[in-house]
Amino acid sequence: MQDEPTPIELTKAVADFLRSDITPLISGHQAFKLRVAINILDLVTRQLTQEVASDAKEVERLRALLGIDGSVMELNRALAERIARGEVDLATPGLAEHLWATTLDKLAVDQPNYASYKRELSRGG
Amino acid sequence: MIEAALSRSVQRWCKGATGATCAAKLSGGASQETWRFDITHPDGPIGAILRRSPKGYGAAPTRAAGLGAEAQLMQLAYEAGVPSPRVLHVLVPEDDLGTGFIMQRVEGETIARKILRDQEFAAARPRLARQIGGILAGLHRLPQDKLPALRSRGATQEIAEFERDYRSLNWPKPVFELALRWLSDRDPGPSAETTLVHGDFRNGNLIIGADGVRAVLDWELAHLGDPMEDLGWVCVNSWRFGEIDKPVGGFGTREELFAGYEAAGRRVDPERVKFWEVMGTLRWGIMCGGMMQRFREGPDHSMERAMIGRRASETEIDLLRLLAPRGS
Repeated sequence: MQDEPTPIELTKAVADFLRSDITPLISGHQAFKLRVAINILDLVTRQLTQEVASDAKEVERLRALLGIDGSVMELNRALAERIARGEVDLATPGLAEHLWATTLDKLAVDQPNYASYKRELSRGG
Repeated sequence: MIEAALSRSVQRWCKGATGATCAAKLSGGASQETWRFDITHPDGPIGAILRRSPKGYGAAPTRAAGLGAEAQLMQLAYEAGVPSPRVLHVLVPEDDLGTGFIMQRVEGETIARKILRDQEFAAARPRLARQIGGILAGLHRLPQDKLPALRSRGATQEIAEFERDYRSLNWPKPVFELALRWLSDRDPGPSAETTLVHGDFRNGNLIIGADGVRAVLDWELAHLGDPMEDLGWVCVNSWRFGEIDKPVGGFGTREELFAGYEAAGRRVDPERVKFWEVMGTLRWGIMCGGMMQRFREGPDHSMERAMIGRRASETEIDLLRLLAPRGS
């Protein structure tokens, strides 16, 4: 078992340092690159924080939908194949709900400020 | 170095020109560059833009029409009254600048977020959706017998190509699978009419001033196909830059776009426009995946490219909003 602080705490500390201490010192294209770098660290922090729980729920939904077991990757491949073959579609009970829940969990990590995501959250995501 | 070559070039074809100054690179990948510069002239400086492939980079990517075709299309558009920069010169070997062309510089803004937020454009914004309809109608009416050689691409081929690109990413995305199925099930087949299609007509590729659209840029994806493709692409949510209730580039409604198009004497097929909007949303999503691939495998190992890979999920939520909308 690894010691503390956790990867989440370490990544967040670096992001906060860059944001508060380095941003005021930099301008122009380098400032743009720094903003991208901070965005990446924030994304990594969100993924480290949320991925375990969201993957567990995704696997649970996929098992129910597909009637098989496997890793989150294996189950996603199986679902993708079934959609491609036309065996599963939007008329399949639970598919739309599953895709919505999964996609909202992805946006929560990737782009929580994306306007479509904020709109759907306000509907009660 | 480039200024010296530009100086020699402009003196050959621009009457009275004595040189070139203020050359600055605006954008550039490995194979294509855009430069701004001023032609020194006794009547005052002439603002110009150079688009070129540097020497040794002749081959265009498969989807691109090529710089020669781009120059011809812009000139044709300019002559037909479609807002476009005037092409001043097509590069020849004596220019020693590679292949490409030089065009008149049109002043104005291309950065979508500024156009959507800055006060300077407040009066123009409500008119843009309708104006864009009129411009697309003019573009689709460009005389086919004068067009350069262009690839011809319909819905069926596009679906097949996107499916191949998606499969090559080898990362399962059930929402993309759903979109591919939706598209194949509704493939409208060849369009009744084949016209010039700009291929990348959207907020971000237009020069806009306080008076409206001043120039249509980035003709490199021009091809022959279904004119409704351009109407669908301009509505893709990724080009609304947050103004999600204004489908046409964040400027206005589909009804305004369609009215502008029809007022210019052309007909809209809203079903096909919707089809191409779904196609376009998927297209941008797959392109995000392609950026990730180039980040991982290619020479451009930049953070920006890496992060674009993480924008594919934006198109997944937009596809769901189009294909499986939740009750409001």
